[in-house]
Amino acid sequence: MNLFAQAAQFLTDPANWAGPTGIPVRLLEHVGYSALTMAIALVVAVPLGLWVGHTGRGGGVVVGLAGALRSLPTLGLLTLFTLLMGLGLMPPILALVLLAIPPILSGTYSGIAAVSPALVDSARSMGMTESQTLLRVEIPVALPVILGGIRNAALQVLATVTIVAYINLGGLGRYLIDGLAVRDYSRMLASVVLVAVLALAADAVLALFQRLVTSPGLTLTGDRP
Amino acid sequence: MNWLANNWSSVLELAGSHLVQSVVPVVIGLLVSVPLARAAAGSRWLRPVLVTGSSLLYTIPSLTLFVVLPLILGTQITSVGNVVVALTLYVVAILVRSCVDAFESLDRDVLQAATAMGYKPVRRFFGVELPLAVPVMVAGLRVATVSNISMVSVGAVIGIQSLGTLFTDGLRRSIISEIVVGIVATVVIAVVLDQLLRLLGHALTRWQRTGAGARRPAERRRDKNGPGGARGGAGALATVESGGAPA
Repeated sequence: MNLFAQAAQFLTDPANWAGPTGIPVRLLEHVGYSALTMAIALVVAVPLGLWVGHTGRGGGVVVGLAGALRSLPTLGLLTLFTLLMGLGLMPPILALVLLAIPPILSGTYSGIAAVSPALVDSARSMGMTESQTLLRVEIPVALPVILGGIRNAALQVLATVTIVAYINLGGLGRYLIDGLAVRDYSRMLASVVLVAVLALAADAVLALFQRLVTSPGLTLTGDRP
Repeated sequence: MNWLANNWSSVLELAGSHLVQSVVPVVIGLLVSVPLARAAAGSRWLRPVLVTGSSLLYTIPSLTLFVVLPLILGTQITSVGNVVVALTLYVVAILVRSCVDAFESLDRDVLQAATAMGYKPVRRFFGVELPLAVPVMVAGLRVATVSNISMVSVGAVIGIQSLGTLFTDGLRRSIISEIVVGIVATVVIAVVLDQLLRLLGHALTRWQRTGAGARRPAERRRDKNGPGGARGGAGALATVESGGAPA
């Protein structure tokens, strides 16, 4: 319990909330790395998932690719890219992007693929073009599943960004690695608690967003498509 | 690959430790989740508690658990036990949710038929409900196993021995082949275990394929509703598949 008290003391010490190594700066770095990672992963994975889900072509490849990427250890990629490309922002971001792609890709793909064929056929028979079918029917219906995948990816990224401190970058993991180096357990504890709070807060925000953008037609009682 | 030739015994040792840290949680997690999920299915108070609890737990990063658990368990921070307990919690979080869905979406007609044939509750559970839930369970187990294998290596950052140690050590000593060996070994373990689980699922669900030719329409209807006649089972599968676990 003493350690929890010390961690609480670390977290409430005004000195730790100011300056370039203060908690707000580390928090911003953490969120910044995560946002950059997610932006790249979204640009890659969402269009690919939409295309495969819509055309039905290459579904097996996507599932296999997502599975293969998922089994790659992020820490291994992080250290490998760092050795190959040198210290800097891009090696860890690249490793994190590979972590974020599988949930987004499989969420987008399975969401679109699960849209009832009858619904798609009726959209086409009403004269909608392929892109209209995708934009006005398939995406709105699949949105909860797509956002579920994105939310999942965001959580994993926020959690894993902690380890970029291991290769001399910032973020909330800085306190974990620095605390470990000087055997300051309370600082390590403060670090992981901050990451957990950030993850819980981000999840709550994303869950709210997911609820807000879900088409009301999908939440009506009765048979869901 | 000279590096591997000189260090294969330590790689094997780390791989063994890695395997223990990722597989033991899956086994314990399964044994805990199934009865828990069965009890929660249809329960008015246990179900929301478990479903909310597991999604909250799932949001907690693994590194947080690796650092906090020693304080609760009284273990060393570098102890393998912390990883086993933390990952067991994640496995339970993944499996309970999908198993509750699987048990709740069982076809009532099938259950009534089993009861009518004289199946007592316990026998009905093991003979009918559990087998019908196998596809969803196997899907959950595969996701849990693969994400465990990838998460175990993160423990190396705070000094817990696993294949992840090859990454931290390789970075410190700038040995690229050491890191590559670690990545390849991790992926090989993940693929082998994943395929073993797939085969296990295949062997346990032979009823899904018997007489498929004669029962095409029924089969197709079942596919749409999810595997094993589990209505909503497909939804559960999709949730499971789009989800990894927090690293």
